[in-house]
Formats: sequence, structure tokens, C-alpha cells
Amino acid sequence: MNASLLSLAIWVPILGAVPVFWIGSERRELVRWFSLAVAVAGFLVTIPLYIGFDTSLSGMQFVEKAPWITRFNVEYLLGVDGISMPFILLNSFITVLVVLAGWEVIEEKQAQYMGAFLIMSGLMNGIFSALDGVLFYVFFEASLIPMYIIIGAWGGPNRVYAAFKFFLYTLLGSLLMLVALIWLFLESGGSFNILDWHHLPIGIKPQILIFIAFLVSFAVKVPMWPVHTWLPDAHVEAPTGGSVVLAAIALKLGAYGFVRFSLPIVPDAAHQLAPMMIALSLIAVVYIGFVALVQTDMKKLIAYSSISHMGFVTLGFFIFNQIGVEGALVQMISHGFISAAMFLCVGVMYDRMHSRQIADYGGVANTMPKFAALFVFFAMANSGLPATSGFVGEFMVILGAIKFNFWVGFAAATTLILGAAYTLWMIKRVVFGEVGNDKVAKLKDIGSREFLVLGLLAVCVLAMGLYPFPFTEVMHSSVDNLLKHVAMSKL
Amino acid sequence: MGMKTLYLLVPLAPLAGAILAGFFGKILGRTGSHLVTILGVTISFVLSFVIYQDVQAGNVFNGAVYTWMESGGLKLQIGFLIDPLTVMMMLVVTFVSLMVHVYTIGYMAEDPGYQRFFSYISLFTFSMLMLVMSNNFVQLFFGWEAVGLVSYLLIGFWYTRPTAIYANLKAFLVNRVGDFGFLLGIGLIAAYAGSLDYAEVFAKRNELAAITESVTGWPLITAACICLFIGAMGKSAQFPLHVWLPDSMEGPTPISALIHAATMVTAGIFMVSRMSPLFELSDTALSFVIIIGAITCLFMALIAIVQTDIKRVVAYSTLSQLGYMTMALGASAYSVAIFHLMTHAFFKAVLFLGAGSVIIAMHHEQDMRRMGGLRKYMPITYATMLIGALANAGLPPFAGFFSKDSIIEAVHFSQIPGAGFAYFCALAAVFVGGLYSFRLIFFTFHGKERFRDVAHDAHGHDAHHDDHGHHGPAEPHESPKVVTVPLILLSIPAIASGWMIGTVLYGEWFGGAIVIADNHKGMAMMAEQFHGVVGMMLHGVTTLPFWLAMSGAATAWFLYIKRPNLPAVIKQKLAFPAMILEEKYGFDRFNDWFFAGGARGLGRGLWKGGDQVLIDGVMVNGSASAVGWISGLVRLLQTGRIYQYAFFMIFGALALLSYAWWTVLNRIL
Repeated sequence: MNASLLSLAIWVPILGAVPVFWIGSERRELVRWFSLAVAVAGFLVTIPLYIGFDTSLSGMQFVEKAPWITRFNVEYLLGVDGISMPFILLNSFITVLVVLAGWEVIEEKQAQYMGAFLIMSGLMNGIFSALDGVLFYVFFEASLIPMYIIIGAWGGPNRVYAAFKFFLYTLLGSLLMLVALIWLFLESGGSFNILDWHHLPIGIKPQILIFIAFLVSFAVKVPMWPVHTWLPDAHVEAPTGGSVVLAAIALKLGAYGFVRFSLPIVPDAAHQLAPMMIALSLIAVVYIGFVALVQTDMKKLIAYSSISHMGFVTLGFFIFNQIGVEGALVQMISHGFISAAMFLCVGVMYDRMHSRQIADYGGVANTMPKFAALFVFFAMANSGLPATSGFVGEFMVILGAIKFNFWVGFAAATTLILGAAYTLWMIKRVVFGEVGNDKVAKLKDIGSREFLVLGLLAVCVLAMGLYPFPFTEVMHSSVDNLLKHVAMSKL
Repeated sequence: MGMKTLYLLVPLAPLAGAILAGFFGKILGRTGSHLVTILGVTISFVLSFVIYQDVQAGNVFNGAVYTWMESGGLKLQIGFLIDPLTVMMMLVVTFVSLMVHVYTIGYMAEDPGYQRFFSYISLFTFSMLMLVMSNNFVQLFFGWEAVGLVSYLLIGFWYTRPTAIYANLKAFLVNRVGDFGFLLGIGLIAAYAGSLDYAEVFAKRNELAAITESVTGWPLITAACICLFIGAMGKSAQFPLHVWLPDSMEGPTPISALIHAATMVTAGIFMVSRMSPLFELSDTALSFVIIIGAITCLFMALIAIVQTDIKRVVAYSTLSQLGYMTMALGASAYSVAIFHLMTHAFFKAVLFLGAGSVIIAMHHEQDMRRMGGLRKYMPITYATMLIGALANAGLPPFAGFFSKDSIIEAVHFSQIPGAGFAYFCALAAVFVGGLYSFRLIFFTFHGKERFRDVAHDAHGHDAHHDDHGHHGPAEPHESPKVVTVPLILLSIPAIASGWMIGTVLYGEWFGGAIVIADNHKGMAMMAEQFHGVVGMMLHGVTTLPFWLAMSGAATAWFLYIKRPNLPAVIKQKLAFPAMILEEKYGFDRFNDWFFAGGARGLGRGLWKGGDQVLIDGVMVNGSASAVGWISGLVRLLQTGRIYQYAFFMIFGALALLSYAWWTVLNRIL
């Protein structure tokens, strides 16, 4: 049983999607409940991963191995360490919320909608657990398709442009990664095993080329400045569930790529190019913070806020100290909760008003007090208030950054002001004030299903803020091992 | 029950109250909600008193509750440090909070957000207690930000008022500027001391003193202390981060008393006192502290003279008093700063709650120009506010005299660069303090009953939904018991708490909680001169500060009782200085234009110019159109005409041939 947990995490949602399609959108009740059952089952099978995880080990656990394309030594090789395991749980958990969030709102082709999310959930679990280059690449690319369809089919008016931009941006990025993977295959004498690559000696010039190939691919995903402009467009057009998965999970894939590929495979290049990576991360934090400030569309604002927060993740990775790297990982998890919640909050309002424009709101607290309380709570978490998860990652990365270089820490810490400014200014205009117009006056407060979804996330945000110990505990050995590995030159 | 359980109960009891009133307010009802929150705060006040006696007996506690996080060799624990400094703060916080809770029953009686308000003030009490009881920087920062959050929620309590939601956003953001510095300070300490536990950091203070920050080249302790102090400047509203405090008066009056006078704004003072082992190592940092304190103390007091809103006078007075405390910190007189913090908490709470009582009587009118002659209608409010004003002006035997006089003395003795300037500011502010305190009293309670002149349609921005309903002219009347009893209870320590001076300042009260370097001799010299409470008072009346305060009071009497039309004349004659004061030196205007406007302008520039034009326009859509353009060119070649293809074939063949021929020729020749 233990031996196939990862396969279950991947294939339960994917295979579960088949009957969902078969049930069809006409039987709405059945399709919803069945999708929920699949999502919950998908989440439940990941729990033993956490319980059975041995925090003292730095290597891969729950490893599964089977030959796949023997001609090229491609294997079905799965395994997780303290870095990747939390994301499988996060992903499976978010999938449950996404199914709940799409309960009533999605009126057309609900079976396909739910099915697409379930398949994507499985594929993303595959990305986080694949240890074979080709397997990783297949999952990585395959996950584009459901997201492309979700934006293209259930998106807003400009969805085709956004879906194309999303698809081309990320596809072009990952083609270079494929080149790098093939080079590594040839150089390693015919192995696609990522762990083998970790120990492959590579000269500095190829290291830098490979780093750049990976960088283009992962930076688009994160997204890092200046390849971030697809994200606001994609978010604006995506349905709420799409935005949630995009922000909470899909963005993490790029960041995860850095720790699984770039850092351990080409450590010398990573060190040499770290100043550039740090500069790009700080630009993301500061520049994007200012850009977020002037957004008039709530989803765009939160999208820019996501880019800014992901800047902390890449910053944390490239300062090469433990608190920085762990902070970056914590930030990734926390951002999964908070950005999901923020997009769900906007979704709640969008479902009622069909507008994302800040100017169309005002005084929502008067008519939706319960919702307003939750929205303000998540806004505070987004501004990094202590006792919420939003604080933990930022705090750790800032501590790490100051240790690395005071001025880097200084630039990163400006998020304290900028993050609060753009988030709370939005809150002021949307939630507080006199009732803005007749439409706001007619708003109904959130129902129990919406309350459940947001409430669950609030509990996660608060719990992680008050007691982040278990999260960092899981990561220690793996991060420690990673940093030791990265510190050793391959030249 | 072990002491540790008691320590835990002190913050958790108000938290429980806040949760109950917040989430189950509807079920509990109004009475139920105020009962559970008051019960919570009462428990924590009583326990604070028990703990106080335990600490008096010599028991100091420093221990962890749980490990919050561990990473990179840094173990961050949530825990308590219970020493005399903590326990004094606990007593002040829980006592004032309890009084404010009771007072709120009367003040907010008709507000629809009654339960929410009780939940917030209990949550505040919890946060503030976490802050003062912490034994480490992380929890300190948690409390620090949590009180900021509650302050944000309470300033914006009446969230439909545009001024309130402007003020709360401003308060939060200005505080965040301070927190930015604070976090950098914490980061420097974590990076070089490898710990964020007070005791561990303080144990390494001598090593830290020798370190130069590797990137900036600054002396580490100076840099860290100034960064930490920037945090204090935000929270304790020191120039130039003071701008949020006057606007915070948009919140209901009970929280102005509790948060924006007695407790939260003193968090910065407490923090610096707690960090005395570090600040003592850097004269540069102390010099910075004393100068900032001096500027705040005098220049904010001056603004108080021209304010006409009763709450704003008290607010500017608070700024000035916080300036005094900060000066004391800079003069290494931490215990004096804390002592003034305590006396100020009582007398300023009296002034604010008194002002609130007046505001209720005036049906939410706050403009003193529409008051006057109230003393016979509200004798209790008048008497207690008079006590508050006397204490605020620093006249003996009221509490403020002892603490303020000690600060002036300490600044006088200080050898820190900037102390001379600070001493001047401190003295000048005493005169100004006497003037504005008594201007407030005379303007409000004496003279003509101006409230009869004014039509009641002039309610202005204060006509919000919690108005007492019965508009129109009505006789002002004394407030109910729930309002006056807390006033009376608070005015007792506003008179008497100063008499503890001998014990608190010169009697080893703080023990090891406060460290003073050997070369800072001010406190030692003051101890030599101190000859008991009575001696201090007798000596006090012969010194300059006393007469300055008296002449300030006399000036107020002359201007507002004797010749009440004189202020208008003076204002006309001194139009320019009056304008500067009324414009509050132009800070608000500048901040709105430069910081708020500038940030928006920069954001727009980066968005339109960077994201839309450069990245999307040139790079993304540009490469898309480049592909289109090139394929357009290539498409031209595919004409479908055989003779053209044939021509290109021949042309290509010729080109290849001539190239081959040319290389052959090259080789031969």
C-alpha cells in the first residue's frame, strides 16, 4: 500500500474524472457530488504521505519505479522529499475547494469543468512527484491542456486571447527545458533519472546554458519579471476556479522546478547567476508592488500581488541560506492558501455583481458582513500580518535576506508597506464606506457552502501563522541536504 | 495552579471574551457580550495583580510556551518574560482596559455595532498583553502588529464614514513604515546574534557592540537600535511618523483613550525600555532618540493650541507627552519614561473619557467653540477633567508633575549630543502644555454657554448613525454612572500614582529589567537629589518648570476667561504662524502629494510604460508581429507560378555553382 501512494495521488483524480464525463452535465446533482467524492478521495489518499513521512530522511520517500520506455531508459519513477510532499497535499486540498466553489456557479458543461480540474489535479501531483525527466516533462506539458481549456471554455469575454497568451508563453518556455533535458540525457550516458543528474559533473559553460534553458521555462511559470504579463490576463479571463488553481498551484510549479532542477543540477551556474536572480526577484517585489497599487480590476490587482509574493520565493531560493530557502517554501504554501482565498473572495462578489471593477463596489460590509470579515482577514494575511501564514514566509525570507546582504533585505522589506498599501486600499474602496450603489444594496451575504470554503482556508491561514513548526519541520532534512549539495562545486 | 498557568490566563481571558463576543455576539446579546468581555478583562486584571505581588516577592519568570518555528539554527519560541517592567505594563493595560470596557457600556449604548466593539477592545487587550509579556522579538512583533490591526479596525469602526476609513488606512500604512524599520532591526539582530530571544541577545551585547555591519559598514548596534526605534516612531507617533494619531480620533472615544493614549501608543516607549541593554551601547542612537522626542514634544504641543475639536486637543497633547517619554529614553532615563507612561495612561485616559462624556452630553458635537459653561451641568466630568488637565500640565501634587519634572531633570543631566536642544524643547513645552490644557478646560467648561447659540443642524461630520436620536436643543446633563464611575476611578491614580516616585525610580523597582551604562549618570545624580515626595514638591515650586506651567495656565485664563475676544485678534495679527499651526506644518498635504500621489504615479508609469508598452507591446506582441511580418515576407515567395519557381531554382543552382567554382579557384590560385 505504502508503495503506491504517489500513484494513487496522481491517478485517483485522473481516473475519477472518467466517470464524471460519463455521468454528463445533465445530471447536475450527481455530477457535483461524484466530483466532490473523487476530490475528497484524492485528498484522503495524500494524507498518509504526511503521516508516514520520515522527517529525519533527506532523500526520496515513497519511491515507485517501473520501466516505461526502455529504449531510452525512461522510467515511471516517483518519489517525494520534504520539499515536494507538502505541495501534493496542498494541491489535493485546493482541488476539493475548487469543486465546492464551482458547485452552483458553473452552469454550462459542469461535468467537463469538474473533470478538467480533477485531471489537472492529478497531473500536478505527477509534476511534484516525478523523478524522471521525461515523466516530469510529460506531466508538466500535459497540465497546460486542462488549464488552457478551462480558461478558453469557461473564461470571460477576452478568454481566447488570454488562453493563447498563457499557452504560448508557457509552451515556448518549456521547449527550451526539453532541449536541456535531452542534453542531460546524452551527457549522463543515457539516463533520465533526475537524481542521477544531480551528481553529474558539468562544465561551467554548459551549466550556464542549461541554467538559462531551465530559467526561461520556470521563470514564465512563476512568473518572474519580465515574463509575467500573461498572468494578469489569464487571471482576469479565467473562471474563479481556474484562477484559484493557477495562483495556488500552477505558479508553484516553476518555483519547484528551480529547487528540483536548476539548483542541484547546475549549482555553479546558480551561484554565478544568483545576483541576476536576486535582482529579478526584487524587481518583482518592488516594481510589481507599485503596479498592483494602481490596478482598477480586483483580479488584476490580486494577480500582480501574486507575482510580487512569488518574488519572495525566488529571492529565498537564491540567497542560499536555510532560513531563506525554507521561508521560500513556506511562502509557496502560504501563498497557495491566501491567493486561493483572495480569488475566491473576488469570485463571490463576481457571481453576484458580474463585475471585477473596484469602482463598481463600495460599502460591501453593509450588506455582506460575514463575507466582509473574511475578506478583510484574508487581505490582512495578504499584507503579511503576523499570526497569519502570510507573515511566516515573508519574515523568514527577509531574515535570510538581511543575513545575506542588508540592502537586499531592505528592498524586500518594502513589501511591508507596498503590500499593505495595495491590499488595504482595495479593501477600503470595496468593503468599507457607504453602500456604493443599488446593486451593492441588494447583495446577499455568503451562504453556507461559500462560508465553508472560505472558512476552511481561514483556518489553514491562521493555523499556519500560529504554528508553522510542523511545516518547516518536514522540510529541514531535505533543504539541508539541498544546500549542502548546492554548496559543492561540480567543476 | 502554577504561576505559568496564571501567565497564560492573563492574555487568554480577554481573547476568550473577544472570541465569544465576536462570533457569538448575536446569541449572547448586548448584555451578554459586555459581561463576557468585562469578565475576561477583570480576570486578567486580578491575575496581573497577583502576579505583581509575586514579582514584588522577587520572582522573575522567563520561559517558553511553545516552539513557533525553527529554521537555519534560529529557534523561535512563543514565551513570557515576567519581570517588574512587564508587570507594571500589565497592570496599566488591564486596569485602563477594564475602565474603558465599563465606560463603553454607556458610550456605545445605542450603537448597532455594540458586540463588535466589545470584541475588538478585548482583542486589543489580548494583543497588547502578548506584546508586553513577550520574551522575544517575534512575539513582540506579533503583538506590535496585532495592536496595529485592532487599531485599524477600531479607527474604522464606523466604516461608512469616509473620514474614518481614510484615517484607518493612513494609520495602518504610516505604522507599516515604522514596522519596516522595526523588521530590519529585528533582522539585523537575528543575523548577528543568531537568536531572537531577549535574554540570549542581551547576553551577547558586548560582542554585538564590537561588530560592524558587513555590507553597510555601520556599527551594528547603532544601526539595529535606530531601525528598532523607527518602529517605535511609528507606533508611538513620533515626528515625522506622527501624522496618523490625530486622524485616529475618527474612532469612538473609548478607544482613543485606551489605544491612542494610554496603551498602544506607548508600546514604542515600552519597547525601547525593554531594549535598554542594546540602546545603552550606542550614544548615536540615543542622540537620535532624544532629538526626535524633543521635536515631537514641543512642535506637537504648539498645534494643540489652535485646535478647536476637543478630542484633537487631547490627541496633540498625547503626541507631546509621548515626546516627553521619548526624550527620557534618549536621556537613558528608561524608568522615568515608563513612570511617565504610567501616570500619563491614567490622566490621559481621564481626559479622553471626560471628553467623551462631554461629547455625549453635546450629542456628538466635538467643537469646543460650540460648548462653554458646561461645568454646572456636568460637575463630575468637570472635576475629573480638571484633575486630568492639572496632571497633564504637570502641576503638583498631581501625578504628571512627578513624572514630567523627572524627565526634565533627566534631560537636563544628560550628556548625549542634542540634550541641550531637548532641554529647551522640554521647558518650552511645559509652558505650552499649561496653555493648551487650561484652554481646553476654560473653553469647554467655563465662560458663555455657546451651545445655545448654535443651530443644531450644524452637526457636521459627527452626525453618524449612533447619534442619540433626540436632536434639537436639550439641556446638557451629566453622563450615566457607567461613564462617571470609570472617570472617578481613573482620576484617583491620576492624582496619586505620582507619589510612588520614590519606589519606582529610586528604589530598585525595575531591578535587572533596565540596564544603564556606567557613563550615563543622570539617574544616579537624580537619585542623590531626591528627598521624598514632599521634598520634591517643595523644591518643584521653586523651579522654572512649575512657573512655566503656571504662566501657561494663567495665559489661558487671560485669553479665554478674562479677554475672550483676544484670541481672534491675536490670530489675525499672527496670521502666518497660525496658518502654519492649523496646517500642522503641512505634513498631511506633503504626504498626500509626495508619498500617496507619487506612489500612484510611479505605479501607473511602471504599469503603462513597463508592462503594457515595453513588455507586452514590444516584446510579446512585438515578437508575435515579427513572426507575422517574416511569414508575410516568406509568403510572397509562394506565388504558385511555375516559371518563378523555375527561375529561383536556376538562380539557386547558379549561385551554388559559382560558390563552388569560386572556392576551387581560390584553392588553385
